[in-house]
Amino acid sequence: MNVTEHAEHHPALQHHFEDLGQQHEASTLGMWVFLATEIMFFGALFFAYALYRHQFYDAFIAASHHQNIVLGTVNTAVLIFSSLTVVLSVYFAQTSNRKALVWALIATMILGAVFLGIKAIEYHEHFEHHLFPGQNFSMPEVTLPVAQNAQMFYVLYFLMTGLHALHMVIGLGIFAWLTWRANRGEFSIEYYGPVEVCGLYWHFVDIIWIFLFPLLYLIGRH
Amino acid sequence: MAEERPVPHKDPKHHVTPKRTYFFIFFALMILTAITVWVAFIDLGPFSTPIAMAIAMAKASLVLLYFMHLRHSTRVTWVVIVASFLWLGVLFVLTFSDYLSRRWDPNHIPPFAEAQAEARQSAPAAQH
Repeated sequence: MNVTEHAEHHPALQHHFEDLGQQHEASTLGMWVFLATEIMFFGALFFAYALYRHQFYDAFIAASHHQNIVLGTVNTAVLIFSSLTVVLSVYFAQTSNRKALVWALIATMILGAVFLGIKAIEYHEHFEHHLFPGQNFSMPEVTLPVAQNAQMFYVLYFLMTGLHALHMVIGLGIFAWLTWRANRGEFSIEYYGPVEVCGLYWHFVDIIWIFLFPLLYLIGRH
Repeated sequence: MAEERPVPHKDPKHHVTPKRTYFFIFFALMILTAITVWVAFIDLGPFSTPIAMAIAMAKASLVLLYFMHLRHSTRVTWVVIVASFLWLGVLFVLTFSDYLSRRWDPNHIPPFAEAQAEARQSAPAAQH
């Protein structure tokens, strides 16, 4: 299994790096720089949310009451659980436990798919209840100006959760590729950078949801 | 092949975090999620949102430090992360300073006033 004993250098070492340690640091830093741009990307939406919530507070409370708090909480738990399976996959990669690594990655993908499935059920509910912004939007229990403003909540809701879901879908693709590589026994303590770096991406998407959950589901519940 | 014992490592860059740390952080995150749902149903007046955000930040910090291994990251990684939050702060402070100071102007037209008036006018027509 151990290639380093026979080859001159580790097969994963790119020629422009001194050693695998430097390569690992460079790839991790590269992912953090990408995540910094992602913080600004989502940051603009979080700002828009803060501004409109400040302007239309009553409408945001009314709209938030239509959110399914049970499904939202379950989805938060599912995503945190998937972050656990991701860090366990880093551990199994570091300890060269190929079988456990592959299973941890598969578990992550299953949990990611469960999250998206629950999100789809929620979206379906919103469409059924005329909560998609546009001509057919209706919130009969509040006055019309409030209902108009509540549309802004749903514009931001669909933008933010939709962008988040898109990141999840991309994450599933990345993890499928990672599982294929892990199954070939590519990862060990010397070389587990891809598992770590893809994990960083997954945790970032988890952190976005950690903020979205209270902002979209838990306003004015008392 | 299925050997679980951490491989002894000389390179300090490759820190192997024990599994129990990950499980501990996982349970902490779950408990904080339960707390944030629970406090949402308590009337805390103006403190509801700050408390919800404080819990979210605590959860995010746990994920950053333990799951994303920021504890063992290089200083240059810390610089990138701190800088990105700093820029996020600039985005929020500068843009809010525009929107929130508009009402200090005596000739000010409140933001969204036009849309609101339009909504009120079209109210009888759009009733369904």
